[in-house]
Amino acid sequence: MTSRKKIEELFFKCLMVLSLLAVMGSLVLIIGTVIYKGAGSMSLDMITSTPEGGYYLGKKGGILNAIAGSLILTGIATVAAIALALPLALYINLYRARRSRFAEMVRLSMDFLWGIPSIVYGAFGFSVMIFLGIRASLLGGIIAVTLLIIPIMARAIDEAVSLVPRELLDSSYSLGATRFEAAFKIVVRQCLPGIVSAVLIAFGRGIGDAASVLFTAGFSDRIPLSLSEPAATLPLAIFFQLGTPFPEVRDRAYASALILTVIILALSITARVLASRFNRHIIK
Amino acid sequence: MFFMTSACALIVVFMAAGLLIKSFPVLRANSPAQILFSDSWSPLKGEFGMLAFIAGTVWVTGLSALIAMPVSLFSAIYLSEYAPSWLRKISRPFMDVLAGIPSVVFGVWGILIIVPLVRDCIAPFFGVYSSGYSILAASIVLAVMVFPIIIQITIEVFHSIPGELRDASLSLGATKWQTIKLVLLRKALPGIIAANVLGFSRAFGETMAVLMVAGNIPAIPHSPLDAGYPLPALIANNYGEMLSIPLYDSALMLAALVLFLIVIMFNLLSRYILSRINLRAA
Repeated sequence: MTSRKKIEELFFKCLMVLSLLAVMGSLVLIIGTVIYKGAGSMSLDMITSTPEGGYYLGKKGGILNAIAGSLILTGIATVAAIALALPLALYINLYRARRSRFAEMVRLSMDFLWGIPSIVYGAFGFSVMIFLGIRASLLGGIIAVTLLIIPIMARAIDEAVSLVPRELLDSSYSLGATRFEAAFKIVVRQCLPGIVSAVLIAFGRGIGDAASVLFTAGFSDRIPLSLSEPAATLPLAIFFQLGTPFPEVRDRAYASALILTVIILALSITARVLASRFNRHIIK
Repeated sequence: MFFMTSACALIVVFMAAGLLIKSFPVLRANSPAQILFSDSWSPLKGEFGMLAFIAGTVWVTGLSALIAMPVSLFSAIYLSEYAPSWLRKISRPFMDVLAGIPSVVFGVWGILIIVPLVRDCIAPFFGVYSSGYSILAASIVLAVMVFPIIIQITIEVFHSIPGELRDASLSLGATKWQTIKLVLLRKALPGIIAANVLGFSRAFGETMAVLMVAGNIPAIPHSPLDAGYPLPALIANNYGEMLSIPLYDSALMLAALVLFLIVIMFNLLSRYILSRINLRAA
């Protein structure tokens, strides 16, 4: 009896370790594959020049258009999303009771939005653009990506703000601060690590997402200089290059995937470092 | 601030309304039953039967659930109950990174590793020919994508179980595995279900990675080694021509609406389950 119990435990423990190895292993495999395939066709040209004539047939050039396009598009979208999500999170935590009906409704709606597939944002953004008469452009992409990352940011900031101790608010009110001052001078500073990591997570989601910009941002070989120009983005650059039959171009797709992965990893590391650095401003 | 907050909260309503209005024309031309249960998809003739795409979505999501559920459950149990603390500490950033990798990169990985694996190893093993671009390949890639989501929520569920329960069971002479099997799993079951539902609502709408490896042939698949054509891929693939054919854009918006509604339903379901556990724990 005892030995059967032990064998059963050992069997399931083996299964668990194998599962965990599979999960961790797939991450290592993904990063490894991207680095191995990408590094081979990586060159300075890739990140410093825009595609020249016949680039998609294997001629010279790089994907600076897509790198710049992605950074500009996601950067503006992130700023727009902060402008909406930060007041939202402060409002439902400070101006309303934290657990009020209204606050819970807003949270529910953000949760719904968080779960909606990005292709639906793309389709919705596209129909809004047709309605407004905008063509596929930087502006269209910004609208779609902003909508996509608002819920991510709002939920993460909300979580950070809801951890602010009640006493901190009470003492700032008792010193004569208005709600607005308490919100933007005290709470924002107190939550800075949380807000920074929320912003970086949202930026990472935005820059890596292809389905939402597929209809809305279009694609072009030049760096976008105005909101009405179409903009290339990194995920789509990878997707389109991979779709060509030429091995040289496909190799460049792998290099582009490496660039995107490096950007994402850098964001994730920056989030960690910044969060720990800003921790000193916190009143515990 | 009130108006801004309300406006953001109402985005979800705007989206539902917008998609509904947009998909109205195709619903008027074809009956809903015809769209949902017919597999004749030829936009030029005005036939928009989506059964093949719905079947593709169900196959891919279902199969990836079959792969991801046991693996992530076992990993989560190990991380929360057995693993030494150093492993727990490094697994967290690991999962975060895995969750943050863009779906296009998953797609690239799928094309480079999983598709050849299916073509050269798995399909010949069963004695069938497959190009590799198949439902199985898409399911494997999707399963890896949802691992971190399911594992993280499941670990949280296990952490919410009071330690006294474990102590009580261990002190009665149960082994650690018996405690897990008979006490913890029973207690955590609703939470585990909710974690999986949330994970699969993500898998359901995933577009790019699936589009890149699923093969995209608009026919009802009969085995995991056939190519499939899930709904999100349908939307993504046809954006270019959709304005030149009447009702086409409306049909694609209907596909988006279907995704939207199913994801909201999944979300409500998992919230309901999770809120019931909270009630019981309180």
